[in-house]
Amino acid sequence: MIGRRGIVAGLLGGLVAGCTKVAQSGPGGRLLDAVEDWNRAVHRALTKRTALAREFAPAEISPTFRGNGTIQPDGFDYMMQQAAEFAGWRLAVDGLVERPLTLTLDQLKALPQRTQITRHDCVEGWSAIGQWTGPQLSRLLRLAGLRPEARYIVFHCADRLSGSPYYESIDLIDAFHPQTIVAHALNGAPLPVKNGAPLRLRVERQLGYKHAKYLQRIEAVASLRGIGGGKGGYWEDRGYQWYAGI
Amino acid sequence: MAERLRHSLLTRAWHWLNVVAVAILFFSGLNISNAHPRLYWGEAGFEPAEAWLHLPAFPAWMTIPGYYSLAEARAWHFLAAWPFAFGLLVFLVVLPFSRHGRDFVLRRRELSRAALREDVARHLKLDFAAHGGAFNLLQKYLYILVLFVLLPLMILTGLTLSPAMDAAFPWLLDVFGGRQSARSLHFVIAWALFGFVLVHIAAVLLSGPVRQVREMITGGRAPEAAT
Repeated sequence: MIGRRGIVAGLLGGLVAGCTKVAQSGPGGRLLDAVEDWNRAVHRALTKRTALAREFAPAEISPTFRGNGTIQPDGFDYMMQQAAEFAGWRLAVDGLVERPLTLTLDQLKALPQRTQITRHDCVEGWSAIGQWTGPQLSRLLRLAGLRPEARYIVFHCADRLSGSPYYESIDLIDAFHPQTIVAHALNGAPLPVKNGAPLRLRVERQLGYKHAKYLQRIEAVASLRGIGGGKGGYWEDRGYQWYAGI
Repeated sequence: MAERLRHSLLTRAWHWLNVVAVAILFFSGLNISNAHPRLYWGEAGFEPAEAWLHLPAFPAWMTIPGYYSLAEARAWHFLAAWPFAFGLLVFLVVLPFSRHGRDFVLRRRELSRAALREDVARHLKLDFAAHGGAFNLLQKYLYILVLFVLLPLMILTGLTLSPAMDAAFPWLLDVFGGRQSARSLHFVIAWALFGFVLVHIAAVLLSGPVRQVREMITGGRAPEAAT
């Protein structure tokens, strides 16, 4: 005889197996992918483009700021740069721009700076609060001059995870958001290596994996196809949502 | 005169929609919990020492999907969140205008301690008959708590976990005392709702399960009003 507990376990097993089957089917998988588009559409409709993420008081800064994903890039070039305290680091801004740029850290620091104390939300569930300083991404993009066909900004990083280069991408709404900065400092000191030294992106209305670390190159593109796995980011190529506002 | 149904089509549709949506939300939520099994109060937290609760790893057989995948669990969670949130919204908007809405109103005579004692005694004798209404008193309290407090809180605490929603509606952070507090509440209330479902299923099993389930499908017939 099947007891009540058996029935409950059977129903749960059926639900789990059913969901797995649905996800593997063509229409089921597409439905799960479509939800990301609904979320983005509703978020964009409900949110002013310039709505700011909350900024916190210095007293609320987390005592340490967790490093996650890559915490020490292991490429030879990076290690050489690290040994030289990133004196030779260059940030390229290229792709669909009128004037490709190559900037030194000193040139980036000479631009008008934005300092913001914000909360970093990891997709895993934890949060940390830190103070970030750097030029707004919008300023770099205006200096380079976006061409009209540019739709996305891609961030190429110096680290590799499981053998693949880390990269990320955002749309122009987030790229021109006032709190989207290329940070070179955390809590008033140069970025620690575990947090992305010498440069990382801050895109405050999205989850942590969008905040690309170890930035080497910012590329304006018309489409995300043909870059990495074509889904717009390292984690996106592994099933995570490209729109990470949720 | 048209025959009165015990459960309206709206109630029945919402009930079965929720069976599916809430089950997917709960079990995909356990998968998401496994990604960082610690809870904190306030805005931020990530160190074990900051946590007020260390959670167990929920086994794969009770998570959606049936293996650890934060990416896929999130996709399921957000898929089910849409019918859950909009189902609740439609139900709560329509309820005050429907006959069913009156079933949730506490009558003056029900507010006495004696009435509560009487209803508790009836429950202890496993007598689930409603006296003079669709719901008995404990049922009313429980449904009011679930429908008007716990379910809306699940949606609001869930929205607070979204950095984009926090930028759009910063008051969410003030209401719950920060994102990590909202995350803690989201988890605790999910288990409170799990407890509610257990009590609900137990009550159905003790009060004629075949008839109860059949009527939640067909609508059944409302008990004759006392004359």
